[in-house]
Amino acid sequence: MNQTLKLLTILFAALVISCGGKQENKKEGFSYEKKEATEKVTKKAETISASKRVDLSNKGIGPISSLNLPAEIDKTMAAHGADVYKKMCAACHRTDKKFIGPAPTGILERRTPEWIMNIILNPEEMTQKDPLAKELLIEFNGSPMANQNLSEEDARAVLEYFRTLN
Amino acid sequence: MKITMKNLLKLIIATLVVLVAFTSCNNSNSSTSGALSSNVAERVYVPPGQHDSHYAFISGGYSGNVTVYGLPSGRMFKEIPVFSQFPTSGYGYSEETKPLLNTSYGFIPWDDAHHPDISQTNGEIDGRYIFVNGNNTPRIAKIDLLTFETTEIIEIPNSAGNHSSSYVTDNTEYVVAGTRFAVPVPQKDMAIKDYKGNFKGTLSFIKVDSEDGGMEIKFQILMPGFDYDKAHPGRGKSHGWFFFTTYNTEEASTLLEVNASQNDKDFVAAVNWKMIEEYVNNGGGKMMPTNYAHNVYDESTHTATSTMKKEVRVIDPSEVPGALYFLPMPKSPHGCDVDPTGEYIVGSGKLSANVTVHSFTKMLDAIKNEKFSGDAYGIPILNFEDVLAGAVEQPGLGPLHTEFDDRGNAYTTFFISSEVVKWKLGTWEVLDRQPTFYSVGHLTIAGGNSRKPDGKYMFAMNKITKDRYLPTGPELEHSAQLYDISGDKMELLLDFPTHGEPHYAAAMRADIIKERSKKIYKLEENNHAYVAKTDDDVKVVRNGNEVHISMTTIRSHFSPDNIEGIRVGDKVYFHVTNLEQDFDVPHGFAIIGQNTSELLIMPGQTKTSVWEPKQVGVWPFYCTDFCSALHQEMQGYVRVSAANANTPLKWSLGEDIE
Repeated sequence: MNQTLKLLTILFAALVISCGGKQENKKEGFSYEKKEATEKVTKKAETISASKRVDLSNKGIGPISSLNLPAEIDKTMAAHGADVYKKMCAACHRTDKKFIGPAPTGILERRTPEWIMNIILNPEEMTQKDPLAKELLIEFNGSPMANQNLSEEDARAVLEYFRTLN
Repeated sequence: MKITMKNLLKLIIATLVVLVAFTSCNNSNSSTSGALSSNVAERVYVPPGQHDSHYAFISGGYSGNVTVYGLPSGRMFKEIPVFSQFPTSGYGYSEETKPLLNTSYGFIPWDDAHHPDISQTNGEIDGRYIFVNGNNTPRIAKIDLLTFETTEIIEIPNSAGNHSSSYVTDNTEYVVAGTRFAVPVPQKDMAIKDYKGNFKGTLSFIKVDSEDGGMEIKFQILMPGFDYDKAHPGRGKSHGWFFFTTYNTEEASTLLEVNASQNDKDFVAAVNWKMIEEYVNNGGGKMMPTNYAHNVYDESTHTATSTMKKEVRVIDPSEVPGALYFLPMPKSPHGCDVDPTGEYIVGSGKLSANVTVHSFTKMLDAIKNEKFSGDAYGIPILNFEDVLAGAVEQPGLGPLHTEFDDRGNAYTTFFISSEVVKWKLGTWEVLDRQPTFYSVGHLTIAGGNSRKPDGKYMFAMNKITKDRYLPTGPELEHSAQLYDISGDKMELLLDFPTHGEPHYAAAMRADIIKERSKKIYKLEENNHAYVAKTDDDVKVVRNGNEVHISMTTIRSHFSPDNIEGIRVGDKVYFHVTNLEQDFDVPHGFAIIGQNTSELLIMPGQTKTSVWEPKQVGVWPFYCTDFCSALHQEMQGYVRVSAANANTPLKWSLGEDIE
């Protein structure tokens, strides 16, 4: 009986010690990592801005996982896209210059078609989780990309319109 | 000091008494409140991010508006402006909504909102609309439950103190509006003492369009000059009839608290509206010249219009024999409530010892066999004993209003004895009573006035709050109390404060409407006369000294945000369109020195604020809604020049005006 009690006491003490020890380790590691991460972001921003960076592999996060663009531009679709763009996007995006958000001219040289459609269709999640979209949000003064609730068809048409901008 | 034996004994006894009192008190307190409160807390607790099971729409009485609550949590979600201006959204201040508050007396910024009732199909709540009456300047308003906004208000002519209103029939064929005050009809200059026999009380039947919900006064019945207090449509077997309580059948015009309490019995007026409808459809009744406003909000133009109507159809009861009867009811009845089967008509005689219940079947039989005990102004009075179903004997003091559950029970409020009493329909036995805190008026059960009540919760709306919450000076909000009525006994679960005077409420299961609640207005469907949907539509147009600015907002700027060429003495209309198309991204608009409220503009919506600049200068405007991280950057300037200046009219965004 006495033996068991001793054993239990030892076990319990060990448990308490190990617990306390672990906690301390965790705290140190966390603050160390945080420091490192902050420095990294600053360095990146200094090198090349997110809006100019070319990333033709990132497809973004959202409903569009794969999209093959035909070689020929569909002119009817592009005309519809121009109309949607004017009504839903032009309050913040100008084709010829940086405005509230970046200009879409030449965007297909920098982004995948999937990424473009996902930032239109799923901007909240994109600016929270997609590294490039997150950086863009910072670069454009934290001005959020508004979700204008476009249908997939309309977003696809806007993409077709972007193909005509050079 | 000398301690006698007697004194010592006294001291010991006193000490013992105090000890016993303390310990027993402590014991009982900790054991009951502890166990009860933890159990009750779980039943009203809705975890963060989760939804309540029921909506409650509580009228604000003298606030003029309706508030939306969740049950069982008692959390308030929204105040829906109805009869009162509401600076929070610009309701009644914006150019688009001002016409909703127009009446034959001109613009009225307030009313006393009393009895909300939800539209029904087959006697069951369908959740399309809420109707609510304005008492003071008689009106009926309609709230659309897709948008939770007031979309129509119709004024009731020949009425005064629109109190026995705004209840709907089984299929929302009609919403009724009965007068409280008898008045000269049409109004004229006459001696008040000549009231008796000369004043009239009107009961108005407003037809509701089954497609678009549009309201139209189909007919008004010119009743004797009593006060009409409350009303209830027949349900199921009594569908086609409407019942109204009357008081002041004495027709007194002064000191009513004494003079209107003389008769042993007043009446419930039974109206066969189907019979009168048929009479009207065949051309019956007379068109009477009058003047009243009919105000309709068009969601497509985001704009209300007010039309003055010049005549109304009135019916003299003598023209339609067999359509109207009086059922005697003891002592100034308030509530007049029909049970879900449509058989029982429960009258709450405010000064009566009993709750009296009449039988619809017996009423039809008495009519058929002409069991009359007299007539009032030509309307037959049915014999009391021949229509009586039974009475709840001495259940409490000051019965006021009754609703029903789905298990054959009735719940009546008692104002004077501050309690809710549960009793059985048919046997009239009292099953339970629970105190309210304090002086309860109406109570509500979800669907409790329909054919299909949902007997889970009941809440009582109390007139006196006193010590129930932390004190806030002499003026307090009123208080509601939520009870679980699913068991044999009612259980008090929760107190929650309500806004204004919570006169009455309607409640329903949330799932009936929550999925179809509108999230945004579609920009492409916006047909406002001054909408700006794209940059091309943004413009500033001068027309004499009126200037119309078609402006857009999106996170986080106005377009235009620099405007020049405005002059002192101009009347400037800011027509602001919110270009956002995402849920819950409103923008606000306010400009310095605006003699009106701000605007709060929902996605896809256009609202207009008028500004009359009085001083030369450069004046700022900004967004009042914390819309984004750059909300504080969402601002602009208007340059105001002297009245005779020649500053050209120009506007811009993102570049200087040249």
